[in-house]
Amino acid sequence: MAELTRNAFATFRPVQPETLPPHLYPPYRSSVKRAPTKPFVLIPQTLSELTGPVFGDGTVGPNDHDLTAHHAAEPLGERIIVTGRVIDEDGRAVPDTLIELWQANAAGRYAHRIDQHDAPLDPNFTGGGRAMTGGNGEYRFVTIKPGAYPWKNHHNAWRPAHIHFSLFGQSLLTRLVTQMYFPGDPLLPFDPIFNSIPDERARGHLVSSFDWETTAPDHALGYRFDIVLRGRDQTPWEK
Amino acid sequence: MRTDVSATPSQTVGPFFHVGLSAFSGLRANGAATSNVHGVPVSVRGRVIDGEGNGVPDALLEIWQADGDGSYSEGFGFARVPTDGDGTFAFATIKPGRVPGPGGVLQAPHLSVTIFMRGLLRQLRTRIYFDGDPANGGDPILNLVDPSRRDTLMARPISGAEALQWNVILQGEDETVFFDC
Repeated sequence: MAELTRNAFATFRPVQPETLPPHLYPPYRSSVKRAPTKPFVLIPQTLSELTGPVFGDGTVGPNDHDLTAHHAAEPLGERIIVTGRVIDEDGRAVPDTLIELWQANAAGRYAHRIDQHDAPLDPNFTGGGRAMTGGNGEYRFVTIKPGAYPWKNHHNAWRPAHIHFSLFGQSLLTRLVTQMYFPGDPLLPFDPIFNSIPDERARGHLVSSFDWETTAPDHALGYRFDIVLRGRDQTPWEK
Repeated sequence: MRTDVSATPSQTVGPFFHVGLSAFSGLRANGAATSNVHGVPVSVRGRVIDGEGNGVPDALLEIWQADGDGSYSEGFGFARVPTDGDGTFAFATIKPGRVPGPGGVLQAPHLSVTIFMRGLLRQLRTRIYFDGDPANGGDPILNLVDPSRRDTLMARPISGAEALQWNVILQGEDETVFFDC
């Protein structure tokens, strides 16, 4: 097995605080009993943090990126293409990294046993997909636009339509789980999860853009969502 | 294409991550290493517990570790471990070897743990060490932790059980030590 030291020679720069949601954000009710309360311990970046899992060929199947092709027939809903690039904070492409996503169906219901929202399941939609980025950091998914759905956070609470994204990048320190939203969604100003990001500009990075170039005539609307992972320091790591 | 390049912010994994985050189990399965990795078998079992003392049924732990020789390698060392209905999780692996730390000082054997759950707007980062390991005293990371809180990072044997016990306590007096890095 190949040793994972080839990427491990430069540390990562500090995370920019304005882009970080706080752990405790009382408008998001579930954070109140789950957010840690004691100060975190700052540790140096060692090989244990500067390495991370590598997912090789065979991790992703040929149809894994197309969530409309996982069942006998096409799912209901507005067919969309979601595409973009994964780059780091220096604008460098992040190739060969695993992206996983998951989402509700067009009616706003997850194919998950604990989702009790009174909206129909779609036998032709499960809602999970995966892809590896290409050499230029590019990725592409085909899916349907997820519906908004109610949740119990507060009276008349609704999540804006969103797609969950999970990425690895080159180390444990680039691991990212986030959510992509849709432009112009009237629910965004009211969503405590979206609004937990303190900086308005950083929040905007979670909103995809409608894109004519991605839109496929007679087939699917196109949305662009570029993802930026934490960047490297300029100073080499001393082994 | 985005032109400014600050990192994309984190959002919660939510309660439905099973739909998209498939099981990776690149540790030890059924007593045998998943690849030709040798080392001392260990099992770890515990619970994720919230501020009211309740188990967290929808947490996901991601384990990352070196092999028995202290090398990080492709094809070994990563697993996803979800909690069950009462917040319990369990996994089997091998005890990792020692990996270099700052200034070339060897670290004590440890597993890196990244934790996701509904209610966490961003991931938590911690480590599992092995109680009683002679290398713990010189570990450069453990030595950054207040001695009164180091116990929260120790997996320890409990009588009558084969697995070592290690819990994630999210809040309160015995709160687990979490790291910034």
